[in-house]
Amino acid sequence: MADFWSGYALPTAIIVAQILAIVLPLLLAVAYLTYAERKVIASMQMRRGPNVVGPFGLLQPIADGVKLLFKETIIPAGANRVVFVAAPMITFTLSLVAWAVIPFGEGIVLADINVGILYLFAISSLGVYGVVMAGWASNSKYPFLGALRSAAQMVSYEVSIGFVMVTVLLCVGSLNLSDIVNAQRTIWFAVPLLPMFVIFFISALAETNRAPFDLPESESELVAGYFSEYSSMTFALFFLGEYANMILMSASTTILFLGGWLPPLDIAPFNWIPGPIWFGAKIALVLFGFLWVRATFPRYRYDQLMRLGWKVFLPFTLFWLMVTAGVLVAFDWLPK
Amino acid sequence: MIVQSLAFYLFAAVTLASGVMVISARNPVHSVLFLILAFFNSAGLFVLLGAEFLAMILVVVYVGAVAVLFLFVVMMLDINFAELRQGFMTYLPVGALVGLILVVELLLVVGGWAVHPTAAMMSGAPTAPGSLTNTEAIGQVLYTRYFYLFQAAGLILLVAMVGAIVLTLRHREVRRQSIGRQVSRRAGDTLEVKDVPTGSGI
Repeated sequence: MADFWSGYALPTAIIVAQILAIVLPLLLAVAYLTYAERKVIASMQMRRGPNVVGPFGLLQPIADGVKLLFKETIIPAGANRVVFVAAPMITFTLSLVAWAVIPFGEGIVLADINVGILYLFAISSLGVYGVVMAGWASNSKYPFLGALRSAAQMVSYEVSIGFVMVTVLLCVGSLNLSDIVNAQRTIWFAVPLLPMFVIFFISALAETNRAPFDLPESESELVAGYFSEYSSMTFALFFLGEYANMILMSASTTILFLGGWLPPLDIAPFNWIPGPIWFGAKIALVLFGFLWVRATFPRYRYDQLMRLGWKVFLPFTLFWLMVTAGVLVAFDWLPK
Repeated sequence: MIVQSLAFYLFAAVTLASGVMVISARNPVHSVLFLILAFFNSAGLFVLLGAEFLAMILVVVYVGAVAVLFLFVVMMLDINFAELRQGFMTYLPVGALVGLILVVELLLVVGGWAVHPTAAMMSGAPTAPGSLTNTEAIGQVLYTRYFYLFQAAGLILLVAMVGAIVLTLRHREVRRQSIGRQVSRRAGDTLEVKDVPTGSGI
């Protein structure tokens, strides 16, 4: 019995505790990201934003969540019930499982696996299923059109994201996320690989269906896109999943290009602050970029979106990958 | 070890069950979704074997790219399920015959199968545990020993890609946006300011 306790029960309990320690703050962050989005956009448009529920409207996300929880889940008559209900669960689950490999600080990571970045890429490439299944199972025109747009868009931009990741991997020589952060001790990759950083950020916008690439849910033409038919908690799961994905893409941007948990300069006032706080601050900075873009730019036209992905980003990332490889070989800078 | 075996039986059972569902599901979209589940669980089996690189590549390539496009096509099919069921009984004898012949052939082949005594020696030496990650191990054989085969595989894929483009590319009369032309256009090219005298048109 003691063997069972120390061999199985205790490690399981520890892992569950670690998972909760990641997921609960993450969900809280998602709730307050919606608040931040409304406040930031309100400020940019010279409005007040939410300011009624609680001090400065700080309880607004909680009120929204409770409202959605108490609403009725409506499943359309022609819908494919199982797939219809499974789709939001898949979206939500996928946006959470990717956090298993994210290093929050030196050694603070749930699963420090060797192929961390491939795992991130694999999970983000699965995200399209929730959307496609939702659009198909709704058995309705606008959700279906939204799902088709989303599938094409996510598959296209994944290609350039893949090349950007390969470029970073060339400079690191490892697929482990902690190694990628540690390789940036001398200089963050955002400086030598600036064009790739910009492309990664734009592709992240497209991958998370954010403005100006939010065509899958463009309200002026497709009602609400693929989740038009969803209500109450099924809708809330999509919403949570999308925002958790935004935070995830910001975290990957931070790890790949902004030095993860490392301070900007390794000198006295900066390295007093612990790593996870730097990590969070950098994620918040990238997220602010997401919100800023949404408040600033008009929506792209769909053919322009495809042109940008396939005719601009794909050739450019491929070219820059060759240049990076050439420079690394020519100056003998390849990581050992 | 118990946890590993439990995980193995879970992944294996789900893979097999979803494999059966792929061919028995009525709705083709459900078939594709079960196919994805099967891929996913095979990736789980690869992880249990310690081949985490292959597992991730399986998910990225098959689940993330191939199956998405597959689902894309199948979703758009307009299928009449009543019509599908009508043909079932007429085609059953032929289908059963073909299946039977295949099973007999497979039994004949597998029944006469013997592993060559020197086969075990032909396999490459496994890397010592802990010395290399399996990404590095695959990279080292792929880009040295199997370099030409690897490049040939790439060429075959390139030919397939060119073929697909040739089959679908048609030069129809489509209005395309030429951004260069739009940007280089000046007001003088299209606009003309005329001074219209009062009481007479242009």
